[in-house]
Amino acid sequence: MSHLHEDKIKFLEETANTIRQDVIEMVVNAGSGHVAGPLDMADIFTALYFHVLKHDSKNPDWPERDRLVLSNGHICPVRYAAMARAGYFPVEELKTLRKFGTRLQGHPHRTALPGVETTSGPLGSGLSQAVGMAIAAKMDKKSFNIYCLMSDGEQEAGQTWEAAMLAGKLKLDNLTALIDRNNIQIDGMTEDIMPLEPLRQKYEAFNWHVLEINGHNFEEIVNAYETAHAIYEKPVLIIAHTVAGKGVDFMEFQYPWHSKTFKPEEVTESLRQLRTLGGKIKGEHQ
Amino acid sequence: MPVNPKAKLVEKILDLKSLEQKPTRDGYGLGLVQAGDENPDVAALCADLTESTRTEAFAKKYPERFVEMGVAEQNMASVAAGMSLVGKIPYITSYAMFSPGRNWEQMRTTICYNDANVKIIGSHAGVSVGPDGATHQAIEDIAITRPIPNMRVFAPCDAHEAKKITYAISKVYGPCYARFAREKTPVFTTEETPFEIGKAQVFWMEPGRPSIGGSGQAKPDVAIIACGPLLHNAILAAAELEKEGVTVRVLNAVSIKPMDEETIIQSAKDAGSVVTVEEHQVSGGMGSAVAEVLVKNYPVPMEFIGVQNRFGESGLPNELVDHFGMGVKHIVAAAKRVVTRK
Repeated sequence: MSHLHEDKIKFLEETANTIRQDVIEMVVNAGSGHVAGPLDMADIFTALYFHVLKHDSKNPDWPERDRLVLSNGHICPVRYAAMARAGYFPVEELKTLRKFGTRLQGHPHRTALPGVETTSGPLGSGLSQAVGMAIAAKMDKKSFNIYCLMSDGEQEAGQTWEAAMLAGKLKLDNLTALIDRNNIQIDGMTEDIMPLEPLRQKYEAFNWHVLEINGHNFEEIVNAYETAHAIYEKPVLIIAHTVAGKGVDFMEFQYPWHSKTFKPEEVTESLRQLRTLGGKIKGEHQ
Repeated sequence: MPVNPKAKLVEKILDLKSLEQKPTRDGYGLGLVQAGDENPDVAALCADLTESTRTEAFAKKYPERFVEMGVAEQNMASVAAGMSLVGKIPYITSYAMFSPGRNWEQMRTTICYNDANVKIIGSHAGVSVGPDGATHQAIEDIAITRPIPNMRVFAPCDAHEAKKITYAISKVYGPCYARFAREKTPVFTTEETPFEIGKAQVFWMEPGRPSIGGSGQAKPDVAIIACGPLLHNAILAAAELEKEGVTVRVLNAVSIKPMDEETIIQSAKDAGSVVTVEEHQVSGGMGSAVAEVLVKNYPVPMEFIGVQNRFGESGLPNELVDHFGMGVKHIVAAAKRVVTRK
């Protein structure tokens, strides 16, 4: 089903790898920030900014652009890195993350940086805002799509389900949400902290169409978004199964890396692994 | 009678029996339709209280611009934020206890910090909600909205002013909170009464002064600064005080934020004492906002009429206003007290 050319997949994989390195350098340079989520969402952000989204990095306020709402704002380093690599602002500016006077606030702020669609950080409110955008787009008969990215941890917030209920009621087929199902949150594994399963059935019960994918496989990511466009009368949820800290072996699956700070040797090792990745993170098409 | 002629209030303002009685929420309902008639981007959201908040008229006239949210005020705040970022001017409506009560963080982050053009309509504010009791009597709403950057806060005194505010906030970009009341209260302003965001109009003038900012040949003994329907009680109190030889100036502090600092400071200078009147906790409300301005610019003795660190309870509106010390007699007593402190 995929229309992705081999060269395009290679390009996406290499771009995602660059963005992962950006993320580590940014967080190390800032002295604080989150790592695991940004690393595991690098492939999805790359797919969005370099293939799926209808957008113009030189005209971020273009009214007909697709809207990308990041609900779990704490993973913003990966959004900033993807935006910089997509041409929204100079890559050099990534160094200013979390520093005084920066446009790259510790949690993303709409009016600070063009191209950031909403202010986010407090969990559970992104889906509501995406639903609001989808409602307004339908009122005005606009054809752009609204994409919302959420963490799995924020599925514990009641507001997420208020928004899910409304989206189902209004049949918002211009809305595609995605959950980064990495199974970790600050205090531990999601199923220990507050079990989310059966997550798929929960959304289906709220009248959503649900797809499940490997969140590190570009063909699956792109196919899922293409499928979502072809689903009418229902909002679509993509549950993207991801590996927290993807790309750096000692971070993978480790919940303490949700927001842990780096020791110097860990920085060197992380970047070494990513620079020599040589396609370790490969789509399963191969 | 020293009603300020420029305020163009109703003629028999002291004659309670002759005054039309209407809740301020009715004015909101009319103002929303007016705003919607003029601007197709005006939309309304309501959390299962469409009739009692008076959002119903808009919902019936413009069903395609109305979203029924169900009992989900947190979602309502953030959905409205999202709508505004695509160009809508959403009014979110519920009881003030739930919006901005229950959804404070969503309001702060996704509306105010996000600088979204959302209008928050809090109905059933104050103890005058009556029999429903304390769970439904919002008396902390000004305190929680006022400190948030980008936010404007309004408390209209009657149905006419409520309509004007509702319409006016559709014309300014940015988050606004306006509080309305359930209970019928006197309609004592008119269509012609001036209303401007950020202005405190003088409704009652001490004798011997042709206009505010005039020669200053006469000074009032006390300035009463009031907002919401209790402003009418303040005017009744002024009339009584005048009979007893205490001269009074009454200001309408409908625009709590932005506040008309210039007019308030001038009145403090002229009167040398101030009484604030609001149907809200004295802590953090309009009176606190006035105190913040005066302490910095021209401190004078102040008295605060409002709820004194208590929850409301069931009862008739007038009973409760009296029980919580916000009746005419309480305002008169506070005025006399503050004058002795000068």
